[in-house]
Amino acid sequence: MLIYWANDEYSITLFGHTFFSFFPEGFYKAFNITHRLSEGMAFHFLFMWAFALNGLVYILYTIISGEWRELVPQKKSFKEAWLVLLHDLHIRKMAPPQNKYNAAQRIAYTAIIVMGLGSLITGLAIYKPVQFYYLTWLCGGYHFARILHFALTIGYVFFFLIHIIQVILAGWNNFRSVISGFEIITVKDPEPITETPTSPTDEKPVQ
Amino acid sequence: MKNPFNKKNKGSKKPLTVEQKISRRNFISFGTFFIAAGAAYGGWKWLYNSPEETASVTAGARAPLRRALNKTELAFRRVFSNNNLVKTYPKEMATKNVRHNEDIGSEGKIEAATWRLQVKKQSGEVLSISIDDIKALPKTDIVYDFKCVEGWDQISHWGGVKFSDFISHFKLDDQAKLQYVGLATPDKGYYVGIDMPSAMHPQTLLAYEVNEHPLPPKHGAPLRLIIPVKYGIKNLKRIGTMTFSDKRPPDYWAEQGYDYYSGL
Repeated sequence: MLIYWANDEYSITLFGHTFFSFFPEGFYKAFNITHRLSEGMAFHFLFMWAFALNGLVYILYTIISGEWRELVPQKKSFKEAWLVLLHDLHIRKMAPPQNKYNAAQRIAYTAIIVMGLGSLITGLAIYKPVQFYYLTWLCGGYHFARILHFALTIGYVFFFLIHIIQVILAGWNNFRSVISGFEIITVKDPEPITETPTSPTDEKPVQ
Repeated sequence: MKNPFNKKNKGSKKPLTVEQKISRRNFISFGTFFIAAGAAYGGWKWLYNSPEETASVTAGARAPLRRALNKTELAFRRVFSNNNLVKTYPKEMATKNVRHNEDIGSEGKIEAATWRLQVKKQSGEVLSISIDDIKALPKTDIVYDFKCVEGWDQISHWGGVKFSDFISHFKLDDQAKLQYVGLATPDKGYYVGIDMPSAMHPQTLLAYEVNEHPLPPKHGAPLRLIIPVKYGIKNLKRIGTMTFSDKRPPDYWAEQGYDYYSGL
């Protein structure tokens, strides 16, 4: 990871006290990223294309395939997401019934798309603030757009960490279903193993 | 061995058991997964270890990344327009303490009275212009957010002559038909190349004032470039020479891995 600014611009300061500074000197040393601004920018301005195209292809796919129905939060999702959270934290025994994704997942996976779009818009707003002055205005000015762009990036880091932890906690069978697209559920009787395609119609409670 | 995918055998073959179906589908999906993951890793390794570009007007970047920078420049040049202006502010908002980053090519002091701007035409003709000749032209002020490639930005107030006014006053219009203008400090220690559309942008100034006072040496006395459609690295201080060309003129930071265009 190469950070694309050479100047420490951002810190969390409240009432004159700096709680945290992005990033402490040790961060740069640990990742060997001092004096590599031009390198970081060159990577950044190549991968921005990959980021945008990948996002576009993904959104088109969810629309064409109808998968968006599984991903977009429903009215009840916002209430249910708390129950999912309580369940995941082992505070509550039962999780609400779900389809392919639970309420928390629906919110997270839709939020990440909105965030991606946000990164694209704030990115253009700070990349070409003169040519796309209306985007810069929309994002609350050059300075605020930069902060948004940065905050979104930190958001991805948290999303990634929680995502990976959840995949590990969900276990091997879940991971296999992520890769292969089907889930194996062992039923005691009459057959030892049944293959269940994960279609939107089969609701099953998760415990 | 029979080919399981051969349709002719379908009828005579025993249907696959559930376990066989599972393992077959697992094999195919995990095979695809590992090939895709391997390709992504290999692609990254290839890019990361790719050779540095051959040094020319640009240098210091990985060859594929430099190609990407140049292609990206072409894509974003299409949205460039003289109608897109940098946001301006009331002059009260301009900082009193204008940030000073680098002195490359403009260290120490220079005598403004003996200083001359050397404008080298393609014909070989050289115009030698004094600071008073430039100050005699109509003055333009701009208060805008100066943006550094390092990430900082600062609202600052500059005064000078519009680059496009300078061109028409000194009858350099034929030179401005070329694609690039090159600027360098008198000692040639710092130099930039600017594409002509950006140079001719109505907010590009040859500035001789900051906060309504003559430029101090650290801000590029007696004359510097203020080009709001570019990052700070292109805003050359203490201009010594001006050249025109259809080829990209040498550029200090483009030789050190930065994007040549660096446009905003």
